[in-house]
Amino acid sequence: MSKRIYQFFLIFILTACSQTEAPVDTGLITKTFHWGNGTEPQGIDPHIVTGVPEHHVLQSLCEGLTSSNPKGGESLPGAASSWTISEDGKIYTFYLQENGKWSNGDPVTADDFVWSWKRILTASLGSQYPDMLYYVKNASEYHNQEIDDFNLVGVKAIDELTLEVELNNPTPFFLGLLSHYSTWPVHKNTVLRYGAVDDRNGEWTRPGNFVCNGPFNLKSWELNKKIIVEKNPLYWDSKTVDLNEIHYYPVQNVMTEDRMFRAGQLHNTSTLPSNKCPVYIEDGNPNLKIDPYMGTYFYRFNTLNPALQDVRVRKALAYSIDRKKITEKVTKCGQIPAYSFTPPGSNNYFPKTEIPYDVELAKNLLKEAGYDSGSEFPVLEILFNTNEDHRKIALAIQQMWQENLGISVELVNQDWKVYLNREMIGDFQVSRAGWIGDYEDPNTFLDTLRPNRGNNKTGWENPVYDKLIKQANSTIDQKERYKLLNEAEQLLIDEMPIAPIYTYVRVYQLHEDVKGWYPNILDHHHPKYIRLQRD
Amino acid sequence: MIIILIKRILLAIPVLLAVASITFFLVRLAPGGPFDAEKTVSPQVLKNLNEAYNLNAPLAEQYFDYMSGIIVGDFGPSFRFPGRSVSEMIMTGLPVTFELAIYSILIALILGIFSGVIAALKRNTIFDYLPMSIAMIGICVPTFLLGPLLVLIFGINLELLPVSGWGQLPGDKILPSITLGFAYAAYIARLGRGGMLEVLNQDFIRTARSKGLSETQVVVKHAMQGGLIPVVSFLGPAIAGLLAGSFVVETIFQIPGLGRFYVEAAFNRDYTMILGTTIFFSFMIVMFNLMSDLLALWLNPRSRES
Repeated sequence: MSKRIYQFFLIFILTACSQTEAPVDTGLITKTFHWGNGTEPQGIDPHIVTGVPEHHVLQSLCEGLTSSNPKGGESLPGAASSWTISEDGKIYTFYLQENGKWSNGDPVTADDFVWSWKRILTASLGSQYPDMLYYVKNASEYHNQEIDDFNLVGVKAIDELTLEVELNNPTPFFLGLLSHYSTWPVHKNTVLRYGAVDDRNGEWTRPGNFVCNGPFNLKSWELNKKIIVEKNPLYWDSKTVDLNEIHYYPVQNVMTEDRMFRAGQLHNTSTLPSNKCPVYIEDGNPNLKIDPYMGTYFYRFNTLNPALQDVRVRKALAYSIDRKKITEKVTKCGQIPAYSFTPPGSNNYFPKTEIPYDVELAKNLLKEAGYDSGSEFPVLEILFNTNEDHRKIALAIQQMWQENLGISVELVNQDWKVYLNREMIGDFQVSRAGWIGDYEDPNTFLDTLRPNRGNNKTGWENPVYDKLIKQANSTIDQKERYKLLNEAEQLLIDEMPIAPIYTYVRVYQLHEDVKGWYPNILDHHHPKYIRLQRD
Repeated sequence: MIIILIKRILLAIPVLLAVASITFFLVRLAPGGPFDAEKTVSPQVLKNLNEAYNLNAPLAEQYFDYMSGIIVGDFGPSFRFPGRSVSEMIMTGLPVTFELAIYSILIALILGIFSGVIAALKRNTIFDYLPMSIAMIGICVPTFLLGPLLVLIFGINLELLPVSGWGQLPGDKILPSITLGFAYAAYIARLGRGGMLEVLNQDFIRTARSKGLSETQVVVKHAMQGGLIPVVSFLGPAIAGLLAGSFVVETIFQIPGLGRFYVEAAFNRDYTMILGTTIFFSFMIVMFNLMSDLLALWLNPRSRES
C-alpha cells in the first residue's frame, strides 16, 4: 500500500517538475505582456471604479478624447483626432477620429460622449469621480440635482464627429483631465442592455458583454487570478499596437510579486518590498526602476485641535523635521525631501517655497507660542495606518520632535478604515497622509486644501488661498497662473496646515525585454506603445 | 444515529441565525464604512452611494431585508466589486479553496498517519524521535515562513516548481498544498501516535497477536481502527480550519480562493461580503464537525453499539 502511494507521489512530482519555459520567455514569442497589477480591480466600468489597478486595465480597454503621453507632458489625440480652444479658453471643440469604432464595430460618435457624461453626472449612479467634470458648465449643478435638464450642461454634439464642451472658466489643465478614465465613454446600447443608466451592478462589464473603444478587448476575467485582454483589430490606431495580449495579475502581496518577477512570471511589478530597495540598489539590479512620481508624503495637522491652533507651533514642528535624514536613512529608495506640497516639476511648475530644518528657530517659535520648554507642551499623537514603512517614519519624527523640541510624542496605528474615519471626523492631532496627482497640473494638489474640500481634513480655511486658486484657474496665461499658484503655495507653507516630508518616487521592477515604457510623473504607461523585444 | 443527525441539524439553524445577526451588527459597529477612501468622496456622492446600497434605511429595516434575503440564498451585491453578487464570489472562490484543502488534508493524512503509526510502533527509538521532532517543528513553523522558504528553495534556487498561481503553470499546486498540509500533518502525527499507543497496549491487540496474525494485519486491521479515532475527530475542525484559514497560503501563492475574499472583505468593510462569507464558513464548520462526529461514532465499536 505505502509502496504504491510512494510511487504515485514520485510520478506526480516528476511529471510536475518537468522544466517549463517561464511566461516572460513564451511572452516574447506570443507578444504577451504579464502585468503585476497590485490588487484585484473593483471592476471595469470607468464611471464607477477608482484606483490605480483599475486604471491600468481600463487604459487598454477604453479611450477618452485625449490619451496620456507615454513620455509625460502634453496629451496626445485619443478618440478625438484634434481639437480647438476658443480665445477665451472656455469652449473646446473636439473632432473625433473618422475611423473611431467601438469593439463591436459601431462608430464612436459625439453623442456617445454626451450620453456617457450624462451617465457619470447622474446622481443615482453614485459615481465617485463626477467632480472631474465639474469644470464643465452646469455639470456640478446637474449632478447636485439643482437642474434637471441635461441640455443646459456644457456638452453637446454639433454633428456626428464634433463635440463641443463649454467650461465655467478657462481651465488650462482640462485636456489633461480628459485622460482620466472617469471622462471616458461607455457604449450606450450595451450598458442599457444589462441595466438602467444608473445601475451600478449591471453585467455589461463581463467578458462577452463588454464593449469599449480602446486598443484591446476584454477576453477573460477570473476573479483574483487574472484578467486577459487581447488586441482589438477595430481600434483606430491598431497599427501602433504591438502586443497581442496583456495578462493582468492581482498580486497584492509584495513579496509574492517580487518572487514571481524573479521566477520570470511577470514583466513588471506594481511596487517593491521597501526593505528590498536598498539591497537592489547596492546589488545594481538592472530591473530596478526608480522613476519620478507626482506624489507627496506629508503630515497633516489638525488646526482645530487646541494644541495645534497656533501657527507657530505647527511651524516649530515642521522646522524640526530633518527631511534629508528621513529620505537617506529611513526610506532609502531615492525619495526626495519635500519643501512644498506640489512636487516640483509638475507640468513645469516649480514652487519656490522653503521649509528650513532649523532647530533653534523651531525652539524659539515654540517659546513664542507660550511653551518655554517642550515638556510644557501636551503629549502629541501621530496617527497612521498600520504599515511598517509609516511606522519607521513616524518613529524617526517622534525622535526628532522629542530631541529637538522636548515634546512627548505617542504613535497610534490603526486599521486603514479606522484611520480614514478618524481623519474624516477630525479625531486626530497629527496624521500621516499621502497625495498622488490625478492629472499633470499643480491644481490637483492645491485644490485639495481649499475650504469645504473633503480631502482637506486639517480644519484650515483661508479665503485668500481660495481666491488665489480660483483666480489662477481663470487665468489663461500659464506664467501668470503659476505665479498665482506659487503665492497660494507660499501661503500654505506660511500657515503650515500640513508639513510636507518627501516627494514620492515610483519604485518597481521592469523586465529588460520591455520597450516603449518611459518614466513619467503620472506613472501612465499606455499599453499601446509597449513592445517586447530581447536585445 | 439518524436521530442524532436530525438533532444536530436542527441545532445548527439557530447557531447560523445567531452568527448572521451578531455579524450583521458587529460589522456596522466597526469604525469606517465601505466607501471611505484616501480620496474622500463628497457628502453628495456619499449620500448617492448609500442610497444605491440602501444604507440610508433604518438599521432594523436593513437587518430584516438582509435576513429575508439569506433565507432564500441571496447574500446581496458586493460593495467592493460592483456588478458582482456575494453568492457568485463565494462560488468562484470555493472550488479553489476546496481543492487546496483536499490536497492539503491528503498530504497531511498520508504523512501524519504514516509517521504517527511508525512512531507508536517503534516507540523510544530514532523512528519515534525523528518524526515527532519534525512534527513539533511543523506545528511551530508558521505557514507564512514555510511557504516562502519552500518557494525560495524549489521555485527560485532549484527552478523546479512555479512560485505562485493555481492551475496556470504545471506543478503550481504542489508547494501550496505541502505548505498548508504540513502543519496539519504534524498534528495528525502526534494525535495518531498517542491514539495508537493507547490501543496497542489493550487486550484485543494481544489476542490478535496470540492468534498468530502478522504484525501488518494487527496494526492495519485492528490497532489503526481504534487508534486513529482522535485523528478522525480532528478532521472535521481541521477541514473547516483549512477552508477558513487558507488566507495566508492563498496570499503567499497568489491563489484565487475564498480565504482572500474573506479577509479582504473585512479590511474593505464590504458588509455583504463579510456577512456572506462568515455565514458560509459557519455553515461549513458546523457541517464538518457533524460529519467527523458521525464518522468517529461509526468507527468506535463501543459507541456504535450504544
